[in-house]
Amino acid sequence: MAAYAELIPVNVITGFLGSGKTTLLQRLLRSPRMARTAVLINEFGEVGLDHLLVRQVDESMVLLQSGCICCTIRDDLNAALRDLLGKRQRKEIPQFDRVVIETTGLADPAPILYTLFAEPVLRHHFRLGNVITTVDAVNAERHVTRNVEGVKQVAVADHLVLTKTDIADAAAAEQARRILARVNPSARKFDACTDAIDAHTLLRSDPYDPATKSAAVQGWFQEESLRDGNDSADTHDHHMPHHASRHDRQISSFSLTFDGALDWTAFGIWLTMLLNRHGENVLRIKGILNVTGIDTPIVINGVQHLVHPPVHLDSWPSQDRRSHIVFITRGMDQERLRRSLAAFNQLSTEAVAA
Amino acid sequence: MCGLCGIFQGGDHWTDGSALLSPEVKRTRRHDRLHRVAITNKVLKFYGLKLTDWNGSSYILSNQTGQSQIIDNIAALWPAAEALRKRSLDPLDDKLIDALERA
Repeated sequence: MAAYAELIPVNVITGFLGSGKTTLLQRLLRSPRMARTAVLINEFGEVGLDHLLVRQVDESMVLLQSGCICCTIRDDLNAALRDLLGKRQRKEIPQFDRVVIETTGLADPAPILYTLFAEPVLRHHFRLGNVITTVDAVNAERHVTRNVEGVKQVAVADHLVLTKTDIADAAAAEQARRILARVNPSARKFDACTDAIDAHTLLRSDPYDPATKSAAVQGWFQEESLRDGNDSADTHDHHMPHHASRHDRQISSFSLTFDGALDWTAFGIWLTMLLNRHGENVLRIKGILNVTGIDTPIVINGVQHLVHPPVHLDSWPSQDRRSHIVFITRGMDQERLRRSLAAFNQLSTEAVAA
Repeated sequence: MCGLCGIFQGGDHWTDGSALLSPEVKRTRRHDRLHRVAITNKVLKFYGLKLTDWNGSSYILSNQTGQSQIIDNIAALWPAAEALRKRSLDPLDDKLIDALERA
């Protein structure tokens, strides 16, 4: 199997109906750097995509026996990616070194990610790249707070692109920014109307590219709300109406910090056990770990039940040598998570001699 | 696939990654596996289950009545353990955490 960094990265562009996914895709595809990119879309909408390698997939799923929606192989996606791979190898289509998938507005992103991780053929050829979620500033509150898919799309994102800020009134746009900061504080945020949206930053810069991994990981911990490890939920948000069915209210983001080194084996045992029982509620986990016996940090990155292979950084991004783990969860208790991981970690002290 | 016994092995799991990734880590793969079994057994003891390494390629999970199951990696352990124990195994269970802190 090729090294993880050498697999073909697959970026996912998701976002609610009308949030500007296709417009963003069009903008990205204008870049000459995107020439060797294959694009999979769910529907050919009114906005035409004038790109050499655009293919359509029909949404169909195979639910695995575990019954968890996030552990679902997207049959359509599996077939489309295998087809692309076959044609590429037979040289029937131009060579591509990246795939971008645009989802439907109502898609739950988790099965798409699971398909890439779990499907036996795909996982030897592709790896997950950045997940980009577009959020429409005019309708952000309705889309993110009233829909399970909407809040999940925001939670799993590596990058969030706020769109239509030019037509939204100032209060709505500000409200949208607050929602994004609360649900996913560690994602990098862009304004489609004012920020330069370039393909390199949005798609290529990720923790698995040797050239960009250090900067990408450093970005995770730059948000003010995560520096002190406090729960960022409900901060700066005194004006939002309370509503019993608000899905974003159930989401909380927090960072756990550990002073001492963590035992890698104990950490793996703990995280696999946690994700087995609570994977549906661990929407996102990202961390930089100080691991016993290793001088440089190890980066972990997961979405629900799925965890990327760990990555070594060549050096620490700052003077801080502590382990930091960012969680985006649905209704999980920060202190209990901390206590549980600490209890598992101390099991390693005697086991080392075994 | 193992040439002797014909058992399919799963691909590398991320929990096996550390020693593979880092040349400066001196621990051998065998030491890693024994270390993993030792720690896991401290957790499984709470549920009356036990894990043993099998030929350095898989693990055997067993309960006190002798029922056992072969698993490929630690991620596959937990669903198997829940099935064998017929209950959910929750790392956030206060009673488990108390027991581990006393261990």
